[in-house]
Amino acid sequence: MDVWSGLAFGFGNALSITNLGWALLGCFLGTAIGVLPGIGPALTIALLLPITFKVSATGAFILFCGVFYGAMYGGSTTSILLNTPGESGSIITALEGAKMARNGRAGPALFTSAVGSFVAGTIGTLGISFLGPIVVELALKLGPAEYFSLMVLCFVTVSAVLGGSALRGLTSLGFGLMIGLIGIDLQTGQPRMTFGVTELLDGVDVVLVAVALFAVGETLYLAWRHVEGKQEVREVGKLMMSREDWKRSVGPWLRGALLGFPFGVMPAGGTEMPTMLSYFAERRLVRPKYRDEFGTTGAIEGVAGPEAANNAAAAGVLVPMLTLGLPTSATAAIMLSAFQSYGIQPGPLLFTTQGELVWTLIASLYIANIMLVVLNLPLVGLWARILKIPTPQLYAGILVFATIGTYGISNSVVDLALLYGIGIVAMFMRRFDFPQAPVVIGMILGPMAEQAMRQALTISQGDWTTFITRPISLCILVLAVLALIGPRLWTVIAARRA
Amino acid sequence: MARVKPGAGPDLAVGLFVVLLGLLCIWQAAVIPVSPLYAQVGPKFMPYLVGALVTAVGLGLTAVALRGGWSRDLEEVAEAPPTNWRALGLLGAGLLVNLLLIDSLGFVFAATAQFVLVAAAFGSRRPGRDLLIGIIVTFGAFLAFDKLLGVNIGAGILEGIL
Repeated sequence: MDVWSGLAFGFGNALSITNLGWALLGCFLGTAIGVLPGIGPALTIALLLPITFKVSATGAFILFCGVFYGAMYGGSTTSILLNTPGESGSIITALEGAKMARNGRAGPALFTSAVGSFVAGTIGTLGISFLGPIVVELALKLGPAEYFSLMVLCFVTVSAVLGGSALRGLTSLGFGLMIGLIGIDLQTGQPRMTFGVTELLDGVDVVLVAVALFAVGETLYLAWRHVEGKQEVREVGKLMMSREDWKRSVGPWLRGALLGFPFGVMPAGGTEMPTMLSYFAERRLVRPKYRDEFGTTGAIEGVAGPEAANNAAAAGVLVPMLTLGLPTSATAAIMLSAFQSYGIQPGPLLFTTQGELVWTLIASLYIANIMLVVLNLPLVGLWARILKIPTPQLYAGILVFATIGTYGISNSVVDLALLYGIGIVAMFMRRFDFPQAPVVIGMILGPMAEQAMRQALTISQGDWTTFITRPISLCILVLAVLALIGPRLWTVIAARRA
Repeated sequence: MARVKPGAGPDLAVGLFVVLLGLLCIWQAAVIPVSPLYAQVGPKFMPYLVGALVTAVGLGLTAVALRGGWSRDLEEVAEAPPTNWRALGLLGAGLLVNLLLIDSLGFVFAATAQFVLVAAAFGSRRPGRDLLIGIIVTFGAFLAFDKLLGVNIGAGILEGIL
């Protein structure tokens, strides 16, 4: 299917009542959990994974993508009204957004981030539609050796390039890879890393790990550092933007979107870097008249740009996920495991073997974007009210869902004990600044990388040089090495010069 | 034994823990029975590789800790309030109660008990009201997962009747 017929088919499918219903449910749920501090899309999609046993793949993925996009919209509301960013991509939004809210301009800040999210989400989705098939074309030429190298590159970028420290990122990745090894080796039937515990033979469920990292660990950490007191939620006030606000927002929206999307597409995904770059760019490009607003009363450009960059990067993450089967964020990794639970092999063949699914999904992303901007602005009062749920009941409730999601896997107390065990590890990871996403990515992508490696070595009849004699594979591996040592080398050189 | 710089003790413990984790992985790789099936790469290779990676980064973290550690540079740690033992204790009690009761009493009752304790951990002073909210939330979660998502939540007292 080419792009246009794909999109035509996709919209025909996505506009059915059932699929519209899934999109609406996903958008609503996604915005709500995006608004609530403490829960994000990765946790929500993990808890919703059982739906894959009941609903068609199309319905489930429309729901998941609605949650994914919705959480991006909702996250900005929390940053602006509460000054606590719900997820890493909204940290920058909180900088200027919270200042605008303090000066009674919460309404326009929310408006510009909603419309900016819409503009960026649409540009990002256009990017997926047109870039996706091109990437697939290239990816179809890759063999298992290249795939293995690509996964190595992905491991390096998500753990060592992003975040505070390569050592800590790699530790998280190693922990995830270890969890991924638990269970029976599919090729030889040998039990691995099970310590003789029969419950571990089936491996550790991704739901359990996601819930442990994002719900139990987070709650434990917050209890550790808990101080009594109430957070102040700012009033929304007048929502509409003035003509001048519009004029000041359009440029940042477009620049943010164009900056964010490529960052999402590259395996060095993540939303921190593009939002930060967009913030600095807008600060520089702002008309001198408004320059003083940055850092004082809150500049609308500093909300519009980063928020657009955040959404475009999030959309970009779907490109490697759908075309290569490579997840570059925790949420994408969990969606990938949903593909596996349908028995669908993620990768470049997805566009041909599951063309209907992919194009319906892409069409529903456009629809979800429209729904979200329509849903968000009139309902902003409702979202602000969700923010007023008191902390004790909110976290107690999150743990109820954590329990049911885990106990529901196989009604086993062993699972719950494992959940709490990994949760305690996750609490210390938070305290010592170890990133969480590489754990999930390592756990899901690790077994796939091992399989690719074994296939490559079977093809080459055990010749290890296959990874460096095939030119594309070599190039990717060189990139991975550069990504790993490049930044450090740079610091050394810079230090010598100084 | 080199003297540990002030504030780096916890970091050192983390580094050593990661080294131990890596060695654990290598040990588990070593006890994997050798497969009689032919394979270019056996089931042991990847566990050895991961074990080596984790051990290596653990040694790296230990080295960083010996040179002063990393966590004292973190803003979040420097500004952190003291450990709230009351909150941690109540939260831990909530998790433990849930773990002990869920098989006998079933999800709804066990999770409600957990709800009350967790809410108390985060400063709620009205256990009666929390009990009521807890029952509504757990029951709602049960209905959503059991009836809508089709997840089997076991056969507790209440779950058996429904």
